[in-house]
Amino acid sequence: MNTGVPVAGTAGVAGGTVVTHLAYYPGCSLHSTGWEFDASTRAVCAALGIELREVPGWTCCGSSSAHTRAGPLARALGLRNLVLAEGTGQEVLVPCAACYNVLKGADAAWRAGEGEAREAARLVEEGLGRPYRGEVAVRHVLGVLGQPGVLEALRARLKSPWRVPVVPYYGCLLSRPSSQLGCDRPEQPVLMDRVLEAIGAEVRPWSYKTDCCGASLTISHAPVVEVLVNELIKQARRAGAVALVTACPMCHANLDSRQSVTPPMPVLYVTEAVGIALGLPEARRWLGAHLVDARGLLGPPGEMVP
Amino acid sequence: MTLAEEIRERSGQDINSCYQCHKCSGGCPVTFVCDLPLSGLVRALQLGLRDVALASRLVWLCSGCRACFERCPNGIDGARVLDALKAMAKEADRVEDPQVAAFHDAFLRMVRRFGRAYELGMMAEYKLRTGTFTQDVPLGMKMMARRKLRLLPSPAPRRGDLGRLFREGVRYRKRQAGGDLA
Repeated sequence: MNTGVPVAGTAGVAGGTVVTHLAYYPGCSLHSTGWEFDASTRAVCAALGIELREVPGWTCCGSSSAHTRAGPLARALGLRNLVLAEGTGQEVLVPCAACYNVLKGADAAWRAGEGEAREAARLVEEGLGRPYRGEVAVRHVLGVLGQPGVLEALRARLKSPWRVPVVPYYGCLLSRPSSQLGCDRPEQPVLMDRVLEAIGAEVRPWSYKTDCCGASLTISHAPVVEVLVNELIKQARRAGAVALVTACPMCHANLDSRQSVTPPMPVLYVTEAVGIALGLPEARRWLGAHLVDARGLLGPPGEMVP
Repeated sequence: MTLAEEIRERSGQDINSCYQCHKCSGGCPVTFVCDLPLSGLVRALQLGLRDVALASRLVWLCSGCRACFERCPNGIDGARVLDALKAMAKEADRVEDPQVAAFHDAFLRMVRRFGRAYELGMMAEYKLRTGTFTQDVPLGMKMMARRKLRLLPSPAPRRGDLGRLFREGVRYRKRQAGGDLA
């Protein structure tokens, strides 16, 4: 019996067809600095009846470093994983925003006939022994959770509404470049807003949804990241939020580890927030792993410390 | 070949179509720590000022956020222009920010070796290259305590084809004796 939640595809392969399994590309961060994102994404998908099948033999997407090298390497690292994903399912869920940006961008460039992407596809085919057919759709966690059918399922399965005033922080790579990612609202995205509203959160409006956290500068120029992150928290506070919610492990790491304001502000992954609202007991372990302790957001609203 | 033509060949971006509206610089998160904002750097490229461009901090501080590309009315991708300048800087042996370059080198070496990022190994190599031994040690320990930093790498299975991707997928050019690219 199919008790899963419909996750109808968007353009292309699985459009209109109800699927209850997705190929899953966790990426490197979800196996280390962002393990809570991996754990909460898997738990939320399981609770919604979505089966995840990890792409076998996946390798690093190259993140923000590969494109600093001249040549088709960056596209090749993306396309290699798309070829592997193609063999695992018609749609691949990619939680990490950077991985999503690389994979979806590589697919879009290949479809548009970009010279570098086509050359990269040739290199990948020589290495893996099979060509890229362009038959897999790259999906982000917000793209899956934000679908009307899934939002309804979330509302129906809430154990307790998560009545916390928060701001949705999307970061850069989920929506830009909008032409490659098919994002129709790059300056004011609303998918995460909808997901948070569905679980009962009080989503505060603010103007910093897609302002950069500083990304990999956290290693080579930590003070720059500190400035950017502190500003985001200050603005979140001004908007009336007690927490930021994010969907990118790099943003989460930067916000969680580089803030130097008092009092500190907890940062949650959107899937952690959903997990709390669905009543998943593992949520305590995820939130306890953050550097800024977020366990105050597990209990009823009255017990929270802003 | 003019500087603008060289940039176009390397990055695919036509910087001559920039008319200095400054939307890119307005949206750039690192303008506040740069000597020259992006629109200024593009102007320098239009004027053929190679040395000014290569000396700019922005070449290495770009976080890749693509706010510039998203907002440019002429569709110029600033991040790609800056990536081209990174390549030109390496070829000319004029890497102004060795820490950023070392980070990317260390990151990619781990990916090439293990197929997946290995943060501890990457940090060790980064620290050796840059001498930043005491940086972030308390943070690193907190991350390890929370299982966010693995002691050992977790290599990807069946990654033998990666070596060739790295070898054939990276292209740098040699400068001709006269100083210009052919």
